[in-house]
Amino acid sequence: MKNRTRLPNVYLGVLLALMYVPILLVIVYSFNESKTSAVWGGFSWKWYEQLFRDEDLFEALWNSIVLGVLSSCAAAVIGTLGAYGMSKVKFPLKGAVEYVSTLPIMIPEIILGMVFMAFFSLLGLPFGMTTLVIAHTAFSIPYVFMLVKARLVGMDQSLLEAAQDLGAAPARVFFDITLPLVAPAIASGMLLAFAMSMDDVIISVFVTGVGTNTLPVKIYSQLKTGVTPEINALCTLLFVATLLLCGLAALLGRAPKKRKSERT
Amino acid sequence: MEQGTSRLKRKQARGQFLMALPLILFTVLFIVGPIVYMVVLSFLTRGETWGVVPEFTLKNYGDITQPVYLQTFGQSLRLAVISTLLVIALGYPFGYFMAKLGPKWKKRTMLLLMIPFWTSSLIRLYGWIIIFRAGGVLDTVLQGLHITEEPLKLLYTYPAVVVGMIYALLPFMIFAVYSSAEKLDFSLVEAARDLGASPMKAFLTVSLKLTLPGLLSGVVLTFVPSMGLFFIADILGGNKVVLVGNVIQEQLMKAHNWPFAAALSVVLLVLTTVIIWLYRKLSGVKDLEGIV
Repeated sequence: MKNRTRLPNVYLGVLLALMYVPILLVIVYSFNESKTSAVWGGFSWKWYEQLFRDEDLFEALWNSIVLGVLSSCAAAVIGTLGAYGMSKVKFPLKGAVEYVSTLPIMIPEIILGMVFMAFFSLLGLPFGMTTLVIAHTAFSIPYVFMLVKARLVGMDQSLLEAAQDLGAAPARVFFDITLPLVAPAIASGMLLAFAMSMDDVIISVFVTGVGTNTLPVKIYSQLKTGVTPEINALCTLLFVATLLLCGLAALLGRAPKKRKSERT
Repeated sequence: MEQGTSRLKRKQARGQFLMALPLILFTVLFIVGPIVYMVVLSFLTRGETWGVVPEFTLKNYGDITQPVYLQTFGQSLRLAVISTLLVIALGYPFGYFMAKLGPKWKKRTMLLLMIPFWTSSLIRLYGWIIIFRAGGVLDTVLQGLHITEEPLKLLYTYPAVVVGMIYALLPFMIFAVYSSAEKLDFSLVEAARDLGASPMKAFLTVSLKLTLPGLLSGVVLTFVPSMGLFFIADILGGNKVVLVGNVIQEQLMKAHNWPFAAALSVVLLVLTTVIIWLYRKLSGVKDLEGIV
């Protein structure tokens, strides 16, 4: 009996450990004195020192943060209002609009990247932060929308009715009752959207402009050409940031999952 | 009075519609618009050196039937099928066993899964470069144990891309299966066993059947993106593994043949839509399980 319960747990443990191996290696090698990752040349901070002198990378990091904040905030407003409004109104094609609005997280990202690139150049929009924000907002909205929609369905309707019966105006009901109740869902959705935005390579590659690098795009081009251990150092710092974000997510109640093909 | 409430209702309805308006506008302008333009673009002629000439043609779709591109679709599909099967083999048991854990360990396992999942996919890809490169970690370990003599030269090979795909997509399968298996009443499995079913039969007739929506959702969540993840094929496969995603990217960025890239995307989109439609038919669920 004992063996029968232990074997699955061993499997869980081994697979989890395997998931951490690549990440741990990146961290270990960020402290490697030697430039090639094959040999261990002793402990060193030098890649971190070099990293902090690399202004390009910091600019890319800043761009990514700005992009993540702008697009997740835009998605929070559009997605939340949309989920609430759509739950109340009826109009022809409503189902179609809902389906299409969640399409960005269903289809391969490469298609989104392609259509945005073509469409933005048709509109004559200058490629850069504007196009990045629009594209990232597009794939961020579904996360907020779906989480808020699910939350609204599970909400106690009698609370709203009570407020209405007591004479509260619709706007008041929304801001005083609905909004606080769906706030955790909005927060989870935004966090998810922010993480997806910070991690997106595929769509960003297509809609970014010459002068605007995002961090993932920059790391991607470095991984393709030549890698310096500086990238290890940067990745290690990003991993620490991820840990902090995960802690924050855990504090928010339940850690939201992200999707994406890698949606990464 | 009657008139008053109906006016109030109408006003309310207008307010609610106004709230949904940004979403509707954004969807029409930035999702429907671009997709429609892509379809239009795929029927246009490529300009001599640059841009697009507004002349109707079916040439772009004809070009896809060239052996080179058919092969690419074939290779993409093959890689997607292989990755998905391996992800099922690894992820289904994980999600299933995880659902059987006690509440405390469930939480801990979930957190341990979240951390690598939230870690940038590029960091994780980079870790695999360190492992696979000639004279890298894997070679060092294997040679140290005298299992292999020569460096394996795994980086820039097909298996390396498969590993990268599995690694990127496994969490989606695990979450999808887990969210289904968590709702499973395990006493049903015990009942089947008590009634004389073999463990295998109990699993197939009860557990598997009830977790099928999660499994199918996991298949969609791994199969669909795996055809477009060009950067994994790029970084771990060098130029040796070419997926539809790589061709689209190349046609857009290097060859500047936008109509052809659009045609390829349309075919990929149709393929994706068929898969999602099949999923809905088979599982009878509208939203993908465990997607958020």
